[in-house]
Amino acid sequence: MTQQQVIANWGNYPQLSAEVDELGLLPDVQNYLQQQSPLTLRGNGRSYGDASLGKQVFSTLKLNKFLDLNTESGILTCQGGVLLSEILDVILPQGLFLPVTPGTKFITVGGAIASDVHGKNHHKEGSFSRHVLSFDLMLADGTILTCSRQENQELFWLTMGGMGLTGLILSATFLLKKIETAYIRQTCIKARNLAEIMDLFESSTDWTYSVAWIDCLATGEKQGRSLLLLGEHATLEDVSPNQKANPLEIPQKRKLNIPFYFPRFALNGLTVKAFNTLYYNKQWAKESQSLISYDPFFYPLDSIYNWNRIYGKPGFVQYQFVLPKETSKDGLSEILTTISQSGQGSFLAVLKLFGKGEPEAWLSFPMEGYTLALDFKVQPKVFELLEQLDRLVLKYGGRLYLTKDARMKKEALQNYPHLEQFKQSLPPGFTSHLAERLELTINNKQ
Amino acid sequence: MTHTLILGAKSDIAQAIAYQFARHGHSLTLAAREVDLLDPLAKDITIQHQQPVHLREFDGLDFASHGEFYENLPEKPTVVVCVFGYLGDQKQAEGDFAETQRIINSNYTGAVSIINLVAQDLEQRQNGTIIGISSVAGDRGRQSNYIYGSAKAAFSTYLSGLRNRLVKSGVHVITVKPGYVATRMTANMDLPQPITASPQQVATAIYNAYRSKTNILYTLWMWRWILLIIRSIPEGIFKKLNL
Repeated sequence: MTQQQVIANWGNYPQLSAEVDELGLLPDVQNYLQQQSPLTLRGNGRSYGDASLGKQVFSTLKLNKFLDLNTESGILTCQGGVLLSEILDVILPQGLFLPVTPGTKFITVGGAIASDVHGKNHHKEGSFSRHVLSFDLMLADGTILTCSRQENQELFWLTMGGMGLTGLILSATFLLKKIETAYIRQTCIKARNLAEIMDLFESSTDWTYSVAWIDCLATGEKQGRSLLLLGEHATLEDVSPNQKANPLEIPQKRKLNIPFYFPRFALNGLTVKAFNTLYYNKQWAKESQSLISYDPFFYPLDSIYNWNRIYGKPGFVQYQFVLPKETSKDGLSEILTTISQSGQGSFLAVLKLFGKGEPEAWLSFPMEGYTLALDFKVQPKVFELLEQLDRLVLKYGGRLYLTKDARMKKEALQNYPHLEQFKQSLPPGFTSHLAERLELTINNKQ
Repeated sequence: MTHTLILGAKSDIAQAIAYQFARHGHSLTLAAREVDLLDPLAKDITIQHQQPVHLREFDGLDFASHGEFYENLPEKPTVVVCVFGYLGDQKQAEGDFAETQRIINSNYTGAVSIINLVAQDLEQRQNGTIIGISSVAGDRGRQSNYIYGSAKAAFSTYLSGLRNRLVKSGVHVITVKPGYVATRMTANMDLPQPITASPQQVATAIYNAYRSKTNILYTLWMWRWILLIIRSIPEGIFKKLNL
């Protein structure tokens, strides 16, 4: 179904006019790919910037079929347009869970691979690619190749974190993890400053899940004050007798919606600062324990539909970088100082300690060290600030996450050591606004 | 467990119907040309709704094969949904009888050929529902699609008579007139949004009609009134309209 429309990703910035097509039957898809080139592939549009935007867009949302689920071995095969939320609906009642999940469940499996997404368990269990056994990739000429660590290895690794530029992920096979309950045993610890939160992260690496909410506007001795959330899948022994009766079932909660775009003045330095202080102080005790359902633990913002609208019509950009562990302390401190001085604070920012990255996936984002993700409302002066931050990130040996990006210059990619090889190896036929901005698809121009 | 047979299962409407019935506990046989293409759909329904799904090759235009097709079904259905049809090209059909014949056979003759067999079986078993997807285009002939429309008119008349015949055997017949639906078949048409249904809306309406034993279903309520008006325009005026 062809439709000319204005599309944007989750940050609502940029917004571009595109022709979007959606097909579900294999021969139709094959025909279409052979006719359209270069083509941009798009899942559920939950990347933040311009990664899945382009003039000619193929939406994978009709490639939404489950193909095989082995509950014994915990291996799932499904088409590339299936959403993680749909997977959870099917696997959770069977005592299975996603091996890795980002902070929203409304992304497609194809998107999870193309962005090589990470979650709160990265330090222990790596990014999504680590759990993928194989996938079927359709190239621009309609050829279908099965890719795995043993077969078509080069394409397998190019596609992991490859931003959808190698081909269309028709289906993927990956490992799920077994769980006893749908609950998470959570511990929340308050940290007064950056040094304390970093110590806490480094002494909590045994926990499967860890993440911190950090107040980016706090300065001086309070710089880096944060709440560290640690979690483990609750076992049957951890839950109450009531919950034990139906351990894999969670009572449905009503969802909130942001029905309209907030006006420009709604978020300003004062309201954000007040919110952050309230959030930090919502817990008095140094440490607290609780048992919560998996949904608010993994997807706190998914329960508010269209939360991106609080940033108003012009949208927002998300900024996520990672610094090597050795330079993290100095780097984070300088970056946080720069942000608080600019007064363009983000709501809450998310801090996490990554484990080792995937060196063979050349454009995969994670590497060992600290990653910080924060939102900025789109306004004229924000771009200048972000370029200033880019320079700091590069200075400390860090890099930016393409899936969040809408504005960086190609020079900011220099700490992806295999960038040139990636560009040279990319099969032709696919593109995106992001790829053109960063000149990734040089093979299309020949 | 109720077994439902969907004829012409590849269309967007048919796929939505398959999910709707599976969600409500029906096992399925999906029948279509190149039915292998529906393999992902069958697996998906089985995994998501724990319902067995069979695939059977079926060609509505190959009348001679219908007997054997019905005979060899893995399970005899209690609900049969006849979705297949062909919009065709009115302009081409005006000067090309082969196209005209294809439109008539896809929308009428083929449907009658297979439903005749279904009707005999259900009548004998004294139980079941036959759901035929006809069209509002059959309610009055218009210059823009009267060949398709007349075939659908014939199909609606057939279903009406069949309903009359089978009521005493406890078999119910539903005539569905979907109006505009946003599907692959209509992808290149500029349809007015407020009176265009999604395949899912059509499927939900059909399932509800099945449960409540509706006779004639307009899937969006507006269409009943639109057609009432269209039907009541005197022919003398109607023939001059550009419809």
